[in-house]
Amino acid sequence: MEHAEILHRCFRCGYCKLPGSFQDLNCPSYLKFRFESFAPGGRMWLLRAWLEGEIETSPRLSEILFSCAACGNCVEHCVFPAFKGDLLNAFTAGKEELVDQGAVPETVGRYLRAVHAFGNPYELPETDRAKWAEGLGVQRYSGQEYLLYVGCPGSYDERGQRMARALAELLLRWGVDFGILGEEERCDGNEVRALGESALFEELARRNIEQFESAGVRKIVTLSPHAYHAIKNEYPKYGGSFETCHYSQLLAGLVEKQEPRGGNGRLRVAFHDPCYLGRHNQDYLSPRSVLDALPGVELVEMDRAKADALCCGGGGGNFFTDVLGGGADSPSRVRVREAAGSGAQVLAVACPKCARMLDDAIDAEQLSDALRVMDLAEIIRERCATR
Amino acid sequence: MQDVYEALVKIVGAEYVSRDPEERFIYSRDPGTMEPCEPDLVVMPNSTEEVRQIVLLANQKRVPIVPMGGGLVLSGLTRPLKGGMVLDMKRMNRILEVDETGRSVIVEAGASQGMLQAHLKKHHPGLKHSIPDAPPIATIAGNVLIHGSGHLSAAGGFHSEMLNGMEVVLPTGEIAKVGSCATSPYWFSRAPLPDLAGLFIGWHGTTGIATKLGIKLYPERPLGDVGMFATEDPELVPGVLHQLAGVAVAEDITAFMANAPAWLRGFQIVNVKYGAETKEELRLKRDLLRESVRRYIDDKVGGFMPLPPEMKQRFLEEPQTTLSLFADTREGGGFEYVGAIMPIELFAEAYRQGLEIAERHGVECATGARIIGLGHCMMFFYGYAFNRAEPADVKLAQEALEDTNATVLEMGGIPWKAEAPAQKQIIEKMDPNTFALMNRIREVLDPKGIMNPGNWETD
Repeated sequence: MEHAEILHRCFRCGYCKLPGSFQDLNCPSYLKFRFESFAPGGRMWLLRAWLEGEIETSPRLSEILFSCAACGNCVEHCVFPAFKGDLLNAFTAGKEELVDQGAVPETVGRYLRAVHAFGNPYELPETDRAKWAEGLGVQRYSGQEYLLYVGCPGSYDERGQRMARALAELLLRWGVDFGILGEEERCDGNEVRALGESALFEELARRNIEQFESAGVRKIVTLSPHAYHAIKNEYPKYGGSFETCHYSQLLAGLVEKQEPRGGNGRLRVAFHDPCYLGRHNQDYLSPRSVLDALPGVELVEMDRAKADALCCGGGGGNFFTDVLGGGADSPSRVRVREAAGSGAQVLAVACPKCARMLDDAIDAEQLSDALRVMDLAEIIRERCATR
Repeated sequence: MQDVYEALVKIVGAEYVSRDPEERFIYSRDPGTMEPCEPDLVVMPNSTEEVRQIVLLANQKRVPIVPMGGGLVLSGLTRPLKGGMVLDMKRMNRILEVDETGRSVIVEAGASQGMLQAHLKKHHPGLKHSIPDAPPIATIAGNVLIHGSGHLSAAGGFHSEMLNGMEVVLPTGEIAKVGSCATSPYWFSRAPLPDLAGLFIGWHGTTGIATKLGIKLYPERPLGDVGMFATEDPELVPGVLHQLAGVAVAEDITAFMANAPAWLRGFQIVNVKYGAETKEELRLKRDLLRESVRRYIDDKVGGFMPLPPEMKQRFLEEPQTTLSLFADTREGGGFEYVGAIMPIELFAEAYRQGLEIAERHGVECATGARIIGLGHCMMFFYGYAFNRAEPADVKLAQEALEDTNATVLEMGGIPWKAEAPAQKQIIEKMDPNTFALMNRIREVLDPKGIMNPGNWETD
């Protein structure tokens, strides 16, 4: 197994379970399950025990590995610089072994089969991919400055579709030259990679790279930070090199050029950092720049923000596979309680998976009278309605 | 165990009980050198009532219970030596009440050091608790119950001395309170009642399960500094420690013998941490400390060294993250240490013995000390890093640890949070009547012998 050489070096000191402030548990799966086995250190030791034959492949081992949300909190807070950078890579390698053995949770297997067969995890026809854009007047990509890569949740998930529409409307309003692939778009594969199906990920990456290149794409703006991460950091390994940005980064550059219009009253907004924009790519500023520029928006920070942000629990494929599961200790519910406690009226997001996870958590926590989830583009649309 | 498992599921819910090989593996060991001992079950209660029901069940079925906090003791105290269930207390992690005026806090037994540190910083910035150099996920209860020490131990002694009271589930299932909370709604002290806290501290979970603790808090000063006194003569260190502690301004006094950086090699270093409300107070404390060791400075046998800002910042950090890094010294994720509680007058001998043990076993031994109170005693540590992937390396560390325990006892010190084999070494040196009293107490409290059996036993 790749990275097996670092497994025994974990001391299980537990810094990986916490944010920098130590205030509460910040590893999503440990927060949810609470057994030491579900903490990053537990995974390290179990993987070593498994490789050495001290424990066997089992559904529980699969649950432990696949409940990792790949949020990167462990990498951020591990105190061992010599190997911290490979913690998640070791977990992914462990999942690869389980995938090879066919010993994955049922929902993971279903997810991977769906992506393989349908090109998306929703098992929906590719012809439905562009339905989100109907009536907007968005052009198919044909050499525009940007390709807007929407991804699977933006294409198929009702909440993601609303985000995609808000963003597309905004880009059109602001005169950004962009197009979409529509029915031709395919899964970016980031979750496939995180779930350890490296061969399928490579196939998806190569296919997407070929498609982008043949269409003459040079600049890509993504709706999802997960896609942003895959295209920016993983596709180059397969020869795909594109100028890639997340939409918050594009908006940060554009919003400054807009004329601020007030009159909508004050709005207290807390920003929920998506893991693949924040910890994985170290951009905490762009979304905050967008919010800072909006009239009447008062940005409040939750206790756990930026590198300390608590993941919504949707990463590492869990948005689709739900190995992490629900309940009062599920990260998304803990997160919306934290947001409500900050006094925010709006929990701002920049990821369609976060949007769905946190929306559902607000319902589960019955907080909808106090708090609502809005994507950056939706907030801009609301705050600049009179423009 | 099927019936026990089903009963536990009824008490805490299926998601918080496990008998899977994965949990049995992880809970069979800690990061130290002790051999694993597998539990039959792991269970995570969420309330005192759930703990009570689990204890009643364990009595009924005669199943051993091993209470566990952070699991970071390193000496294997939460290994179930005779099987049974590990009771992971970390779901009970609420911070219940802070008394600003009386400087105290009540926490559940699973609350971590880091959680309380963050809570006080946010909600009560004028207060702090004594933080051990364990990682922040270590529990407050676990550390208090093993007589831990930390960053305020020069001011307040052992963490067990900072305990105001406890709620405890007895081995027979009754819920008892010790300290003022037994008689009053306030958790202000263990006096003036008979001090029953001693029935549960230092017993390694063999006499009951703490579920709530009240501990003392201390002023968080806005300013802080650290002075680093150095001498090359270990014989002088007890006197230096005596003088510095006697000024009674230090929050924490630690000593270490550094191999790195190179310019510190050969020195005995004493760090003195102190805080102040104003710059004037800080200067005054610095001057008082300096004057207390004037004769060493004048004799040119020791003195305060200038501290690079980065190093000073590291010394002021609570807890010191760099200590965990010791575990990677041999690129193998392991270290264990003997923390020997002993008089400060033994410092030089303790240091020399460390060098000899290292030479005898061909291992590296990191030594240092934390001063308790005004020099009333110290926790002198002998740390051994090992590579857990190399059995021979682990064995070397085990042998060095065993030798160290014997050496410490021979010197007149006592190994702290001793491993089960070291407990036997302690018992051999112990007044037989004391050990007999311990056994009588255990028989009364735990008639069925379910509480962490195998600890504080001779065979």
